[in-house]
Amino acid sequence: MNWTWFHRLGSPPHIYRIAGTLTPWFAWPAGLLIAAALYGGLVLAPPDYQQGEGFRILYVHAPSAWLAVMIYGVMASAAAVGLIWRMKVAHAVAASCAGVGAWFTAVSLLTGMLWGKPMWGTYWVWDPRLTAQLILLFLYLGYMGLRAGIDDLGRADKASAVLAIVGVVNIPIIRYSVEWWNSIHQAPSVMKMDRPSMPFDMLAPLLMMLLGFTLYFAAVMLVRLRAEILRRERTASWIREVLR
Amino acid sequence: MTPRQRRITLVVGILAGVSLAGVLALNAFRENVMFFFDPSQVAAGDAPIEKRFRLGGMVRPGTVDREAGSLDMSFVVTDFKHDVRVVYTGVVPDLFRENQGVVAHGRLGSNGVFVADEILAKHDENYMPPEVAKAIKEKHGGVMPVNPDIRAAPQTGT
Repeated sequence: MNWTWFHRLGSPPHIYRIAGTLTPWFAWPAGLLIAAALYGGLVLAPPDYQQGEGFRILYVHAPSAWLAVMIYGVMASAAAVGLIWRMKVAHAVAASCAGVGAWFTAVSLLTGMLWGKPMWGTYWVWDPRLTAQLILLFLYLGYMGLRAGIDDLGRADKASAVLAIVGVVNIPIIRYSVEWWNSIHQAPSVMKMDRPSMPFDMLAPLLMMLLGFTLYFAAVMLVRLRAEILRRERTASWIREVLR
Repeated sequence: MTPRQRRITLVVGILAGVSLAGVLALNAFRENVMFFFDPSQVAAGDAPIEKRFRLGGMVRPGTVDREAGSLDMSFVVTDFKHDVRVVYTGVVPDLFRENQGVVAHGRLGSNGVFVADEILAKHDENYMPPEVAKAIKEKHGGVMPVNPDIRAAPQTGT
């Protein structure tokens, strides 16, 4: 089997170039999809029979929460690849994920609080789902803090990768918290084996928003990856040629 | 073992160890992780009845009793197996209604009545336009079923 393509993925100049080429291909569809999904969710979709117009915060809340979890999965996988195959670019990918993931987690928590006040009657309760999502935010912040706190790049990569892998246990806890324990948070409406618990004209903008957020994440991650590679390789000769 | 295999073992080992610790910890603190207890758990004596706890379930239709001229109210929380009567003084969230989820925080009295000082509404995972909800209700004799089938109702055109 030919492994050249895999080994080229470990080459910083190669990844730097690919990331630059790919960014607009993710960024433009992301912008268009998010704009269309906002219009569909805030204007076209009908109000909910229980929650009225207030349910529309779902269109930001749910995709943010999914992305927060998904990005953690990408970050931990990249960290594991970096640890096992000693691939520096993989560590750079993991480092580029953390900030975006932390923001999506914060957005999901904040929009959830704004939603919780009118619907449940409280901004915050120490419910298993809510607490697990808050722990996810702390995992992201801890990962970033650990990286920032270690000067030696190789040691920072290894230590933060171990933290990212340890934090993976929180992912199934977030997903299944509403099924394992009694929770005030409702069960999944879309991310389940059964058919979604909402009609098509409510669901379509939600899925568009999910795809838009995912592409947005890819675009922002690639931009951050380029910056991270430049920072790491600042003494390498290929940088001089690229930046000339 | 090559160094790479050793590192794979290390990563798998970390994951297995932390997962095991997580499972053990969550099992040990099961009662504390539980956000609320349902009426069946209260009837079985699983709820910490000597302390304050949260009681959750559905508001049984036709049991909501509001005292005229005051904020006193009472209703029955059910999980369709056991019932617990709740008394409460105060304002309830907008989503508080019959046949909807509710979480009451308070203390169980010796007479079996739950005295709540906080009421939270819990909504389910079903979203639908008001017209669809109306059609489903009419099909089920004016009551929203616990697991409404959205496909069964006419879709709204937008």
